[in-house]
Amino acid sequence: MAVSLPTAAGASPARSGAGTGPDMTLKRKRNKHRLKVLGFLSPWLIGFSVFFGYPLIATVYFSFMHYNQIEQPSFVGLRNWKYVLTQMPLFGPALWNTVWLVVVMVALRVVFGLGIGMLVTKIKTGVGLFRTAFYLPYLAPPVAATVAFVFLLNPSTGPVNQVLGWIGINGPTWFNDPHWAKPSLVLLSLWGVGDLMVIFMASLLDVPKEQYEAADLDGAGAVAKFRYVTWPTITPIVLFAVVTGVVQTMQYYTQALVAGKIASGVSIGPGSVIQPGYPDHSTLTVPQLVYQLGFQNFNTGAACVLSLVLFVIAMAVTLLLMRKNAGLIPAED
Amino acid sequence: MATTTLNPPRTAPAPGTANGAGTHRRKKFLHWVGVHALAIAAALFFVLPFVFVFLTSVMSDQQALTSELWPHSWHWSNYATVWNTPGFLGWWKNSLLYAVLGTVFTVVSSTPVAYALAKFRFKGRRVAMILVISTMMLPPQVIVIPMYLVWAQQFHLSGSLWPLIIPMAFGDAYSIFLLRQFLLTIPNEYIESAKVDGCGELRTLLRVVVPMAKPGIAAVALFQFFYCWNDYFGPQIYASQNPAAWTLSYGLESFKSAHSVNWNITMAATLLVMAPVIIVFFFAQKAFVEGVTLTGVKG
Repeated sequence: MAVSLPTAAGASPARSGAGTGPDMTLKRKRNKHRLKVLGFLSPWLIGFSVFFGYPLIATVYFSFMHYNQIEQPSFVGLRNWKYVLTQMPLFGPALWNTVWLVVVMVALRVVFGLGIGMLVTKIKTGVGLFRTAFYLPYLAPPVAATVAFVFLLNPSTGPVNQVLGWIGINGPTWFNDPHWAKPSLVLLSLWGVGDLMVIFMASLLDVPKEQYEAADLDGAGAVAKFRYVTWPTITPIVLFAVVTGVVQTMQYYTQALVAGKIASGVSIGPGSVIQPGYPDHSTLTVPQLVYQLGFQNFNTGAACVLSLVLFVIAMAVTLLLMRKNAGLIPAED
Repeated sequence: MATTTLNPPRTAPAPGTANGAGTHRRKKFLHWVGVHALAIAAALFFVLPFVFVFLTSVMSDQQALTSELWPHSWHWSNYATVWNTPGFLGWWKNSLLYAVLGTVFTVVSSTPVAYALAKFRFKGRRVAMILVISTMMLPPQVIVIPMYLVWAQQFHLSGSLWPLIIPMAFGDAYSIFLLRQFLLTIPNEYIESAKVDGCGELRTLLRVVVPMAKPGIAAVALFQFFYCWNDYFGPQIYASQNPAAWTLSYGLESFKSAHSVNWNITMAATLLVMAPVIIVFFFAQKAFVEGVTLTGVKG
């Protein structure tokens, strides 16, 4: 295994020498370089094997075991897989909710983030103030933001339905209605669109100004300018936002769980077990189901099967990201 | 930015005539009004939730039960009530411990890795980069069960935050990725001239690269701090059975259950959980925006 040398040291002329003095030094240099690389990478090499490699293998192992975390694990073949994929009643709703959120939440966040980003680039007065206002909600800790939104959208006394009432709209019951719970979560995610706003803003400012001027001379309208001047420049960023959004939304956990718990009004002390996904499993996501199976029902095998389903989907999306957005990884070597 | 061009619209009368200039100026003014009206509407959407939360947080217990929006009298003591809740101060300390140690560990362990991935040439670099990105994209739920079993059964550390903090001393994929993106922008000439001056790799990293990479490191540190501060899933897995180890993010939810009807107290607690990140943001706005930009642009 030859290790290519850093360009600075690669000036040595004795590349193809055989068994002579210069070759020995070259070998020593190579070994030194290899050690150096290993040394700098070592924190991650250890971390990757211990906190990623091992648990991944263990997850596969447990997916074929019956294990309640007290008795010794026993081999059950494909029984956990069959149970999760064909019999478990909550798998369908959880998968549906996750897919729904991935599609709707990501699409709306990208469109809204791009809209706000474009708006900011057009603001002339007080741009700093507006930018901060648009960005700040993104920083709110998810639990705090969710608690705040359950309050704001509280059907009986919440400010939102109050304000809607003034203009004659009878507001929905938001987090307490199975049909409105997911849209309420989408609203919460749009409030925190600041991250997308910033990356879109940066890429919109990269669009060459002369191209807009040229388009003006051609008498292009706003739509044509967006289609032919703005869009080609920002496409990679839009793609990046979509793919990272999909990956993030597949992990969607905290907001859905907290919203369901608090909106249900069930008093939850430590140790008490509640059915996640209130109301009517409408906010139950796949990660929540992993938690429920593994840490509340102690059905380790089924939880690991579900983890692996999530893993396969996440990897598929990641591969897509690496193929389409080649800029993420070194294109050379 | 199209509006900043000074070209007269095609349909307008020939430039120079008073009428044409006037139409143009009026068009520009209307455009200004339209953009800013839209901006104000958007700002209301982003800011009003904070306002409503704040107004409710200073209401009396009785008024918080009603749908009124403006407080009759200002009860700042609600904040004292939250602050004096048994456990609240402990949650603060735990959050701070988790966030500070997690950030320091992550930055120290991830910087050399990012440096190697950005500046060393070696076989397997591309594979290493692909593995880093894969780890970054992985939902934490995928590996949590075996990890929990190890921490709980072999190390007896469940009921504490250490199973969350210790792994951060071994590099964090997201931080490595971001730092590498930043280090790529540092010209190799600086690194080579440091070596010509007789610096070893470690000295080069500490004396030359780290000072130049300060904005990137600051951004990564901020992200990690916020990640730890906001984390809910981790503390739920490892600390839920021991309220003494809870963080603010985890404790806040139990707060609502304890004060199930008192939205005013809950909203005061919510603002107290939001406050630190917002204060940090105002002090480090530049580094933060730079960091977010770093995630999306350029390779």
